[in-house]
Amino acid sequence: MSESIDYKLVGTSPVRPDGVDKVTGRAQYGADLNLPNQIHGKVLRSPHAHARIKRIDTSRATAMPGVYAVITGEDFPPPPEHGDVGGEAGGSIGDHARNIMARDKALYHGHAVAAVAARSLRIADEALAAIEVEYEVLEPVLDLDAAMAPGAPLLDENCFTKNLPEKSDKPSNIAEVMLLSRGDVDKGFEEADVIVEGEYRIPMAHQGYIEPHACIANTNEAGQSTVWCCTQAHFDFRAITAKVLNMNVADLKFIASEIGGGFGGKTVVYLEPLAVLLSRKARRPVKMKMTREEVFRATGPTSGTHCKIKVGAKKDGTLTAATAWMAYEAGAYAGAPMGPGALTVFVPYHLENFKVEGYEVLVNKPKVGAYRAPGAPQSMHAMESAIDDLARELNMDPLDLRLKNAAEEGTRASYGPKFPVIGLKECLRAAKAHPNYTRALPEGAGRGVAVGFWFNFGLQSSAEVHVNENGTVTVVEGNPDIGGSRASMCIMAAETLGVPYESVRTLIGDTESTGFSNSTGGSRTTFATGMAVVRACEDIIAQCRARAAVTWGIDEDQVLWVDGQAIPASGVNDELKPLSLADIAENAAKTGGPLLSRASLTAKGAGPSFSVNIADLQVDRDTGKIDVLAFTAIQDAGRAIHKAYVEGQLQGGAAQGLGWALNEEYIYNADGIMENAGFLDYRMPVASDLPMIDTQIVEVPNPRHPYGVRGVGETPIVAPLAAAANAVRDAIGIRIHDLPLSPPRVLAALDAAAD
Amino acid sequence: MEAFAYVAPSSIDEAVAELARHAKKGHRTQVLAGGTDLLVQMRGADIEPRILVDIKNVAETNRLHLGNNEIFIGAAIPSAVLNENAELVELLPGLLEAADLIGSTQIQGRATLGGNLCNASPAGDTIPAMIAVGVSCVIAGGKGQREMPVEKFVVGVGRNALEAGEFLVGLKIPRPKSRAADAYLRFTPRTEMDIAVAGCGVSVTLDAKGLCKEARVAIGAVAPTAILVPAAANALIGTTLDDAALAAAAAACSDAASPITDKRGTIDFRRKVVGVLCRRATAIARDRALARKVLGV
Ligand SMILES: Cc1cc2nc3c(=O)[nH]c(=O)nc-3n(C[C@H](O)[C@H](O)[C@H](O)COP(=O)(O)OP(=O)(O)OC[C@H]3O[C@@H](n4cnc5c(N)ncnc54)[C@H](O)[C@@H]3O)c2cc1C
Repeated sequence: MSESIDYKLVGTSPVRPDGVDKVTGRAQYGADLNLPNQIHGKVLRSPHAHARIKRIDTSRATAMPGVYAVITGEDFPPPPEHGDVGGEAGGSIGDHARNIMARDKALYHGHAVAAVAARSLRIADEALAAIEVEYEVLEPVLDLDAAMAPGAPLLDENCFTKNLPEKSDKPSNIAEVMLLSRGDVDKGFEEADVIVEGEYRIPMAHQGYIEPHACIANTNEAGQSTVWCCTQAHFDFRAITAKVLNMNVADLKFIASEIGGGFGGKTVVYLEPLAVLLSRKARRPVKMKMTREEVFRATGPTSGTHCKIKVGAKKDGTLTAATAWMAYEAGAYAGAPMGPGALTVFVPYHLENFKVEGYEVLVNKPKVGAYRAPGAPQSMHAMESAIDDLARELNMDPLDLRLKNAAEEGTRASYGPKFPVIGLKECLRAAKAHPNYTRALPEGAGRGVAVGFWFNFGLQSSAEVHVNENGTVTVVEGNPDIGGSRASMCIMAAETLGVPYESVRTLIGDTESTGFSNSTGGSRTTFATGMAVVRACEDIIAQCRARAAVTWGIDEDQVLWVDGQAIPASGVNDELKPLSLADIAENAAKTGGPLLSRASLTAKGAGPSFSVNIADLQVDRDTGKIDVLAFTAIQDAGRAIHKAYVEGQLQGGAAQGLGWALNEEYIYNADGIMENAGFLDYRMPVASDLPMIDTQIVEVPNPRHPYGVRGVGETPIVAPLAAAANAVRDAIGIRIHDLPLSPPRVLAALDAAAD
Repeated sequence: MEAFAYVAPSSIDEAVAELARHAKKGHRTQVLAGGTDLLVQMRGADIEPRILVDIKNVAETNRLHLGNNEIFIGAAIPSAVLNENAELVELLPGLLEAADLIGSTQIQGRATLGGNLCNASPAGDTIPAMIAVGVSCVIAGGKGQREMPVEKFVVGVGRNALEAGEFLVGLKIPRPKSRAADAYLRFTPRTEMDIAVAGCGVSVTLDAKGLCKEARVAIGAVAPTAILVPAAANALIGTTLDDAALAAAAAACSDAASPITDKRGTIDFRRKVVGVLCRRATAIARDRALARKVLGV
């Protein structure tokens, strides 16, 4: 499977350079920084899910001793009319501005309507209580069916459905539709011997990162601000903050703290423009941090969805046609991952005839944000459940059915282009050969399999490489390290230069000290930023060869770089002693000065990554409770740079996907208030809920990356949803279409089947 | 969390005097044991200042005594300390299991049975287990000490029977006889760090022939307070605790429950599951009692 290339460091698992500070508590996270004279910012949030803001009176709050600044929507420039927020956190900049601070309407319970900065948190709370807001309470729109129904109350009177075949002149809660099709589905279904259908609903779910959003902003008298924050994307944060506040990016400096989890959720700006504005008014540093409750109520979970699937196949398992209908909750503003949901639903399969219809729908819930492989887990849960049903109808092994129809290099992907080299079949075969697939199950347990996928992205990255005077190396890049990327950069730099891992350190520059990089998101960092690091290292090698040539007084093309040393080309100058990176660095003053290089790029050729998961679950038939007995995550990583961190991505995605499948959900009451805004009742799995997640890294190298990297961060969360649902189907003989598979839902299904 | 005053009296009398003194001044006063409920409340919505009377320095609230007829557990002893006492675990496995379910190892280093009881959450894990083993609450106050059966102690959601100036000193439990044992089970979607959706504590005493002589069954998280279910006990007494008896007791628990539908479960689900827990807990208590030939004196 994997080409045998002799790497010294790629594929090993050295200790991470940032590890000691993290395990000893020295590392500084978002809320760890304190500045002299800092004051505390707090947000007043809408108590209504849908309301017009008639009047806000801040006079009492402003007059309170200890209160330094109060802001409302009036303090902001008008929301920009053009421009979209890039990356995986979709939507227009104007909507992000309105989401950051409500203007005329509050669109969800928890929507920011004002903010204060005060000497203490207590005074800030009192000031919030002293702000009078007059609301005209409107009927909330809380679910997809209600929002899409004709005559539904409108969140936005100016929302006209985008991408309709004919332009609509009637406002609607449907922000956008997407239609994809190929071939002739009617004909395809006619050719089918077996057709399965299913309708699946999944409620909103949150990324659940452990560290709540936090920042501190310090603005000087010239209006220049420095912002420390926990973010996946300090350059993107700078850009969005500048647009929302109508500032010059050069007047904003963003410094990324260490980050306690993001999973996409920290690509979205919430607090930073508020802190900048408050500190500008207060002329002091303003620190803001969300409570866990605020994180749940007012940051972006992923969409609740409703999907309908129909798939037809011949007796031998050949798929003949498939249709999908899907609706994704956007929350308060457009920007739901319906597009990727529609583009991924059929992605594992070679399909001549298909039709996909996707709807993105506004509802009075928080504006959704990116969450690992945004949109794919929901739509692929539907399809992979249907494929499982189909395998049962056909009496076929579910992996064989998938192998029979699996996409491979050259298959035209359901999302358009032809696949480059991909590893789906390799993953399916690895699953079939895995002992966990054939191991006997305990009485009453069930086994399920499913496929996962993510596109992976390239985007812009920059990197600099400095060689210190003793030959050690500093890499500077601009991607906050969420999953161990510093270690991966060090490995790639050390491998390229031919030096020991320990002699390379990687640091994350702020927006003024290193070149622009897009977010640590889209599974792009090891791929794209890694590519920039490798290129910058290759430049160092070129410089070293030139320096050696000067030292030796020979031509540059007579110098080779082998195993971290300059050596003379064989045969001509054999008497010359090789020069190591340290030798060249020590002598740099005489050969042209310090060794320094940089590379910047828009990375092309990100490699799609497929996965196959095997879940073994046990269902307690009396209580509906599910125990995870075993879970195996198999994924094509292209090539694993740091093996243990790739395994960690697979395990983390499995843990999150299983939580989503089994217990996690946003529970709303009839007024649109989330009832479980805390970890007690928003039930993410705890360590004892999960077995050790087995992993198998498949390596089908991506030819477009110097070390063959595909992204690995997002695919792991996709397959667990259907793998779990299929295991439950296997265990109890009943297909439960909706998630989560919480005990009350499972018990109700068992009871209904017994009646 | 807001500013507060803190006192740590070293005797029952001193504690009673402190409580009386502040009550007289109209101060808001709360007893502090492990603080695992109280500190969470103080950091949350209830930030109004208060005076904390820490009872951890009072000798009697730290006293653990395994007497021939009676066991005494001081109100301030952390769950972890109780679970390190092998004899106690052997005597009251169900109650100690309940104490071992509270939070995590870290939480159990502080959390007390007294705090769990006084906090009076409908879902408090040790309360049904205490009712099952017939705990009597020892209460100190201005008028001296009094005792009260635990099933009367909790009077509503978050409300207990203590009067102003009173506090809980400890718990008295009849020492289980030979062929007697208890068990507690709760249902939570997660394995730990969760709150009971339903709970059931059972204690049974068997005679020499294996017939159930005495039984107490209590259920939690399915009504405003944990409740004793005499009908379930009656379904068990006089039987060999066979499947039919267990099913009848389970049905009695489901009937006695008056749960609500909320984010943690529906009415139907909770009713059903509390019966399942009763059935399973009774079977565990029975097997323990059968295995326990001679215990106590
Ligand atoms: C992470 C976490 C997980 C938890 N998990 C569980 C769980 O699984 N099951 C469960 O039942 N509970 C759980 N709890 C709640 C809590 O830990 C228990 O209720 C614990 O037993 C409380 O004991 P304490 O000594 O800490 O009480 P404290 O917090 O000190 O007191 C609780 C209340 O009782 C009053 N009080 C305490 N002692 C006395 C006394 N002697 N006389 C009069 N009043 C008194 C206090 O004034 C306060 O109102 C959890 C808590 C946390 C933080």
